[in-house]
Amino acid sequence: MIYLDNAATTLHKPPQVMDAVVRAMTAMGNAARGAHGGALEAARTVYNTRVKLARLFGCPRPDHVIFTANSTEALNIAISGLIRPGDHVITTDCEHNSVLRPLYRLEEGGAALDVVPADQLGRVAYEDLEALLRPGTRAVVCTHASNLTGNVLDIARIGEMARRRGALLIVDASQTAGALPIDMEAMGIDVLCFTGHKGLMGPQGTGGLCVRPGVEIEPWKVGGSGVHSYDRRQPREYPTRLEAGTLNGHGIAGLSAALDFLQEVGLEAIEAKERALMDRFYQAVSAMDGVTVYGDFSQARRSAIVSLNIRDYDSAAVSDELSETYGIATRPGAHCAPRMHQALGTTDRGAVRFSFSWFNTQEEVDEAIRAVGQLAEG
Amino acid sequence: MREKKPALIITFPSTAAAMEAESFCLEQGLPGRIIPVPREITAGCGLAWRAPPEAEAVLKGALGAAGLAWSDARVLEV
Repeated sequence: MIYLDNAATTLHKPPQVMDAVVRAMTAMGNAARGAHGGALEAARTVYNTRVKLARLFGCPRPDHVIFTANSTEALNIAISGLIRPGDHVITTDCEHNSVLRPLYRLEEGGAALDVVPADQLGRVAYEDLEALLRPGTRAVVCTHASNLTGNVLDIARIGEMARRRGALLIVDASQTAGALPIDMEAMGIDVLCFTGHKGLMGPQGTGGLCVRPGVEIEPWKVGGSGVHSYDRRQPREYPTRLEAGTLNGHGIAGLSAALDFLQEVGLEAIEAKERALMDRFYQAVSAMDGVTVYGDFSQARRSAIVSLNIRDYDSAAVSDELSETYGIATRPGAHCAPRMHQALGTTDRGAVRFSFSWFNTQEEVDEAIRAVGQLAEG
Repeated sequence: MREKKPALIITFPSTAAAMEAESFCLEQGLPGRIIPVPREITAGCGLAWRAPPEAEAVLKGALGAAGLAWSDARVLEV
């Protein structure tokens, strides 16, 4: 199989990730639950992973890196823990449902929600966002890169606008963590939400949020903390405040090994290779009759995603044909990004998404180009 | 049970803070090890750093200089 569905999850992981998970499952106890060798092994692994993530994302304090099961959980924690009824919040058309649905729920509960529109290339106008900011705007919640078009948002620019108006900036880095540079401090990010199983190349069931010191997120989940057991309330200290229950220590051990791999290879090399693969594919398919590609490919920096449709075919049928006839794995449909499809005009059939990773090759890309070419010929 | 001896016990606001302190102490060659928090401080779980009483000044000085947080530090018979 040629795996080009890396925006959903990276299937090919560095071998040391699997080794680390197996080792963890034979040696690790429960982090923060006791002080015997196994428990300490787990606690050290978890802490060291916080240190690596803080370094990767420019988070000032490792104890402000909070682990969750995925981006969706991280976004729910950040959004529900910071925004209250009566608050004003801004988001964009580029968002995944992991941002939109928590915000819609808050809107039903009395928060005021504004959405910055995207154009037919999936771009937002930053002036539109700035015009929506007002005194009392609690937060801007936005993605770093669209999971559908791969378009990157200028987070530093949004961060500067938000800070100037006293609003928090919550960023969904699901598509960019491990693939593009992120610096919370330089970009003005207050809460960065990430998943471990995509660009970071760790196991599924890992993810988290990095919180700028001084940002106070109220927990929605409370329970076992390993400390202050007789207190009726969840401890206030990060990360314990937001980490009730046993962590996915085995997964975090794998994520730690994945972060070592990223460090070894280098983010620049990863971005350059993924970009080259994406460009090769884009240049070829965008020139084909009957192929419509979505997104803004003039961006200097973007996520390694090419979404397209062929003729008037249903994206599900194209993706199935790619899988069954050519052995190429892609993702069809709506990609949990309803507003983006409305902006692109693709709500009737979705789009076929090709997404590339460090482990893809030029030969695989050429096979995919050949397959799209044959399908476009009809 | 082992015989009780006086020991410096340093507690922390979270497990992450305890791990940060352990990492720092090991890196700096400072004495001690992680233990479960003794009930004399709290019966509510958690981790503490146990060290010889005579290391109190050097440990507090080093942790303080590094900006590392601790909740309590005292000598106990444990």
